[in-house]
Amino acid sequence: MELLSGGEMIARALEDEGVEFIFGYPGGAVLHIYDALFNKCKVPHILVRHEQAATHAADGYARATGKPGVVLVTSGPGATNAITGIATAYMDSIPMVVLSGQVMSHLIGEDAFQETDMLGISRPIVKHSFQVTSTAEIPEIIKKAFYIASSGRPGPVVVDLPKDLTNPHDKYEYNYPKKVKLRSYTPASRGHSGQIKKAASLLLAAKRPVIYSGGGVVQGNASAQLRELAQSLNFPVTNTLMGLGAYPGSDRQFLGMLGMHGFYEANNAMHHSDVILAVGARFDDRVTNTTGKFCPGAKIIHIDIDPAAISKTINADVPIVGPVDSVLNDLLDVLKEMRAEQPALPDQKALKVWWEQIDEWRDSHGLWTAPRYDTTTPYIKPQQVIETLCKVTGGKAFVTSDVGQHQMFAAQYYKFDEPRRWINSGGLGTMGFGLPAAMGVKLAFPDADVACVTGEGSIQMNIQELSTCAQYNIPVKILNLYNGYLGMVKQWQDMQYEGRYSQSVYEDSLPDFIKLAEAYHHSGIKVTQLSDLEDAMTEVFARKNELVFMDIHVDPHEHVYPMHIAPNGSMRDMWLSKTERT
Amino acid sequence: MRRIISVLLENEPGALSRVVGLFSQRGYNIETLNVAPTEDPTLSRLTLTTIGDDHKIEQITKHLNRLVDVVKLVDLSEGAHIERELMLVKVRATGAQRAEIKRCTDIFRGQIVDVGPSVYTIQVTGAADKLDSFLEAVGDAAIMEVVRSGVSGIARGEKILSL
Repeated sequence: MELLSGGEMIARALEDEGVEFIFGYPGGAVLHIYDALFNKCKVPHILVRHEQAATHAADGYARATGKPGVVLVTSGPGATNAITGIATAYMDSIPMVVLSGQVMSHLIGEDAFQETDMLGISRPIVKHSFQVTSTAEIPEIIKKAFYIASSGRPGPVVVDLPKDLTNPHDKYEYNYPKKVKLRSYTPASRGHSGQIKKAASLLLAAKRPVIYSGGGVVQGNASAQLRELAQSLNFPVTNTLMGLGAYPGSDRQFLGMLGMHGFYEANNAMHHSDVILAVGARFDDRVTNTTGKFCPGAKIIHIDIDPAAISKTINADVPIVGPVDSVLNDLLDVLKEMRAEQPALPDQKALKVWWEQIDEWRDSHGLWTAPRYDTTTPYIKPQQVIETLCKVTGGKAFVTSDVGQHQMFAAQYYKFDEPRRWINSGGLGTMGFGLPAAMGVKLAFPDADVACVTGEGSIQMNIQELSTCAQYNIPVKILNLYNGYLGMVKQWQDMQYEGRYSQSVYEDSLPDFIKLAEAYHHSGIKVTQLSDLEDAMTEVFARKNELVFMDIHVDPHEHVYPMHIAPNGSMRDMWLSKTERT
Repeated sequence: MRRIISVLLENEPGALSRVVGLFSQRGYNIETLNVAPTEDPTLSRLTLTTIGDDHKIEQITKHLNRLVDVVKLVDLSEGAHIERELMLVKVRATGAQRAEIKRCTDIFRGQIVDVGPSVYTIQVTGAADKLDSFLEAVGDAAIMEVVRSGVSGIARGEKILSL
């Protein structure tokens, strides 16, 4: 058997795990590991410019590929800088393994240089964490970390590595386990068959059904099953912000996103439904509006891998715990049997009436049936930018976003037909996510179009990554929806604070983004006229091997609609424009 | 409603902090907490009491179960169970009070485990409400110090919590 040092074990374990990229930043406590990477490791390392970006890049990679992202940072500030990205991954259940350096074992607890209690700081935002206490256990801990991160409800796992345990002179036997078993961790592998039968009966008896599917369908690779289910029953489908792409955006049965900035037809269909099939969704407060008024007439079937997600905010009538793909497969089988015996179900007449009602909602206020924004202003509308992006990329691009109005416009107007194409920080809402996440996606899919939709607020939170893109030639396209304000903050200040723009205005302080891109060895294009938009974007996407920064000046006063009326509103209570409400 | 939740936990560094952290993170209360290794040194048994309605208790047990270090748990208050707590009380005991306190201790089947010229240290075990009653009977004026172990519990009959 081979003898390896702790640092070499880490490098080798990452190879054995099939890791494609390490996103990281070196420092004192991880220098032994970096030396092992330099000497032996076949896994490429991407040197970011800030540890937060390493976590977001690994996160973007994980969202796009379904494989865990890997991060390597040093102790102290390296570890604390990674925290925001770990929390982002935790909130959206993204598989990630974070290797953080730690001061030498004998110094732990002595306030040593660059010491921080990483396990303590990260505890509420990780699925699990390990502190390595002996070199020999490194392979098994790394295997466990990958297993825990990527199984069940995925999430980030931190492995804290004291420097002395990676010392190149202390060598131990290396044996990477093929499998690990944890007696205290056994994610559900199948749904309960009795519950699945109950769900099937409820679905077949439904007269006004809706399928409400979330990020769990994307993470759980159950998009095909969801499509089959919805199409075989002719049921309408709405996706959460995290679930976009799980059901094809351009399909007739798709009602658009639901929730705070959800589509009129989606929110109304939910409110008036009699049966809701929730799949891999968690009844987030940005979806439900006031929980006491949530969908008063609906029976709720809730499928989720995480029992704690069920009946957390909204009580489920038929809870089913299990992996969404296997549960949906079982549900499809049961439905097939039941329908063979009762071919009249579901009630086609009732469904027809239901679809007529939905189409009426769609025609009156649906975002995709007519322009729902003012086209008479001299400005480019942010919605038009996303529509143009969707057209130019044929709806096939990977789109990452930051957080704010541009994120909601992208979610509303880009029609995602495939899962894992829409990459955004939904749960934590992390500004600065978009550019590093786009790097992770582009590295995984070098031939695909990768667009980062952002705003001048968010992009500046991780703009230093333009340098990483230059070093590794990562030709993502950045679409900066420039409006001169923190747009979403401004929108709320317009709506709730009588237009007092407290700290949401940049005045003349913004950089020349084109020059900035050029300073980082990239190029940029500024667009201010709608007539130039499509041609400019077409040209930008034709420049396959270049990172191009599109600085698109849009209407500074546009708001995102629909918008739930809160507090005390129900799903169907929405602002439809600045002056119009339901 | 008061509940007694009993948890089998991996006896690993950091495991307890994950349990305690969960409670503060999600805004649940811990009334008492008691933890020690079991006959299998790789496992700890943790007993905690908390107050909440059915929904809250369901959330607490689900989130506890989600922790990787938690092997198994049971809400003891759902079935017949035995609840015990140990208390050490130091009381001022002078003059006529000495006999009075001794009598009171006997009534509660406690033991005087340390005797000084003017103090008794008394050990009382039982369910939490019995210990409360004892303190009431002795009276605040005499009590100098109270140490309680927190509740331990076990199910009645054949039911066990094990691997």
